[in-house]
Amino acid sequence: MSLALHSPVFIVLLPLSASLLCLAFSRIHRKLGAYVVQLALFGALISSLVTMRHVLAEGTKSVHYWMGNWAPPIGIEFVVDPLNTAVACMITFLAFVISFYSKPFLENEDWLHYGGYFTLYGLLTVGLCGMTVTGDVFNMYVYLEIMSLSGYGLIALGGHKSMLAAFRYLLVGTIGASLYLIGIGYLYAMTGSLNMADISERIQPFVNTPLFAFVVACFLIAFGIKMALFPLHGWQPDSYTFSHPGAAGFISGCMSKVPAYAMLRYFFYVFGIHNTVMGALMNVLGIMGICGILIGSVMALAQYDFRRMLAYSSVAQLGYIAVGMAMGNIYGFIGAVLHLINHAFMKSSLFLVVGGIAYRFGEVNLYRLGGLNKKMPVSSIATVLAVLSMIGIPPTCGFFSKWYLMLGAFEGQQYIFIAVLVVSSLLNAIYYVRIVEQMFVQREASLTEIHDPETKLGMPLSMVIPIGVTGLAILILGIYSSSLVTNIVEVGLPEVLLK
Amino acid sequence: MMKDPFGGMLLNTAFRILVPFSLVYAVYVLILGESSPGGGFQAGVVMGFGIILARLILGEDSGIFNIRLKNSLALAGCGTFIYTLAGWLTLAGGGKFLDYSFLPVAMEETHELHALGILMIETGVTICVMMTILNIMDAVVRRSED
Repeated sequence: MSLALHSPVFIVLLPLSASLLCLAFSRIHRKLGAYVVQLALFGALISSLVTMRHVLAEGTKSVHYWMGNWAPPIGIEFVVDPLNTAVACMITFLAFVISFYSKPFLENEDWLHYGGYFTLYGLLTVGLCGMTVTGDVFNMYVYLEIMSLSGYGLIALGGHKSMLAAFRYLLVGTIGASLYLIGIGYLYAMTGSLNMADISERIQPFVNTPLFAFVVACFLIAFGIKMALFPLHGWQPDSYTFSHPGAAGFISGCMSKVPAYAMLRYFFYVFGIHNTVMGALMNVLGIMGICGILIGSVMALAQYDFRRMLAYSSVAQLGYIAVGMAMGNIYGFIGAVLHLINHAFMKSSLFLVVGGIAYRFGEVNLYRLGGLNKKMPVSSIATVLAVLSMIGIPPTCGFFSKWYLMLGAFEGQQYIFIAVLVVSSLLNAIYYVRIVEQMFVQREASLTEIHDPETKLGMPLSMVIPIGVTGLAILILGIYSSSLVTNIVEVGLPEVLLK
Repeated sequence: MMKDPFGGMLLNTAFRILVPFSLVYAVYVLILGESSPGGGFQAGVVMGFGIILARLILGEDSGIFNIRLKNSLALAGCGTFIYTLAGWLTLAGGGKFLDYSFLPVAMEETHELHALGILMIETGVTICVMMTILNIMDAVVRRSED
């Protein structure tokens, strides 16, 4: 089947074409462009599923797609392995589901804002998917920029203080992207290649040089900024808090995970972790992760704004991923990858709930959510699932990623990681359970409705269903966690860990 | 849109020469971009310059050059879509994405197909750059008139 052979390129090409045409279609009818983008996102989801099936059935480790049939290392290629199809499926799934959720927020907008929103939304998906599947270092930079620019736009659309947040992210994000570009420059100077697989072979004679250390430091800071790793997370709380409520779920869920995946890919698949420089870097990454977990959790504890609390919680959760990488063993790696996927669903789900509450009541203070379980039943149940998962209680998915992280820490005898994981789980329990307490136990808060709920479930159906689906996904990911690990993550383990 | 054009007899006369010249030159840069300095980006800038000149001098009367913001935004997207369209056509012709040898056009020589494919993507880039420049111009003018 020839279409299946082209499926890797469709993951990026379909949303790209649709979002480019979105404004022209919106010109004809206000909502037409949005439908086209949604259709394309669905196509991208199908393509990523087809690609995943192809990769897993192939028995080989990866499927390569050469752009313009130019053979690498000269040409650009998409390299799809079991891990990045899983990430691509996650991105396209969330993008498709949350695209429905955005619509009620845009009901009163004119065609330019309606179409423009979906253009940016589609381009954000393009950037994220492209970063995930590309096998070319410079190509990743291009997708990183597409992702960042559309992200700035979506954050700025939020109104109120969002402009300032977006501008701040723009300044910091540009520094990150520039550092990545400098890193690429030196990498090219050392190896003369831009293809990841090619670089991973050619870099080996240079792994103990100062230049290599510089490149690795550049990449750490660049991706650290983009994924909001601890001392580089300054832009993140404001951006997540004030971003467009329709897109906040997608932005918070995926925009920090894909740079984390890119970092993981560079460190484990391209550079390899068994050399002096990378060993030192892993220590730095571990310390950054630990500080991120503790400080993110403590800061989250201090917030009144629901969205801001979730944003600080993200800093902590990204710390888990960093710690998993820093362990440098198989369990730590599996834990990091699993947490990357799980956290995207948990955080999306919670941000969708917040957006829903803000849509109906215009309220984001988490001490004013009393009696919400009666007004918004589906959201409350999704919140409970996400909260259980955040704390790490089985059978929700959060438990399993923390379990693997613990196993990794035991195997590496890094007991400080275990201590930090336990402490942070307790902190998570404190700041998340108070939300559940507010929703289910507290007296009913007097809230004024600014939007008609439309259905008995408390929100328009196009908002309830995404919340329900992401909530359910947390449970399903938890229950099928073992098959996710054995069929996908373990098949795609990097060779450096298997030796 | 410029409310007060700053034309005058001298500028109006010069406009008749400058604008057609810059448009023709843009097309020249676009087509020869493949084998000499130039290409889609530069052609787009020169073309955008011609249109901005017309709008500065004639204001609201600039006729076909009077491309409104809403159209120019949509057209900028369509311009970039022409780029991806080249990729779609090669896929339809049975090749890989952007493999110009498989463009579904009846041509004998492979290098002619490659030239055609590159011309196509350069045209897309030209339109996109031209419309983006008009957008920037619109944004600046709107701000100064507010």
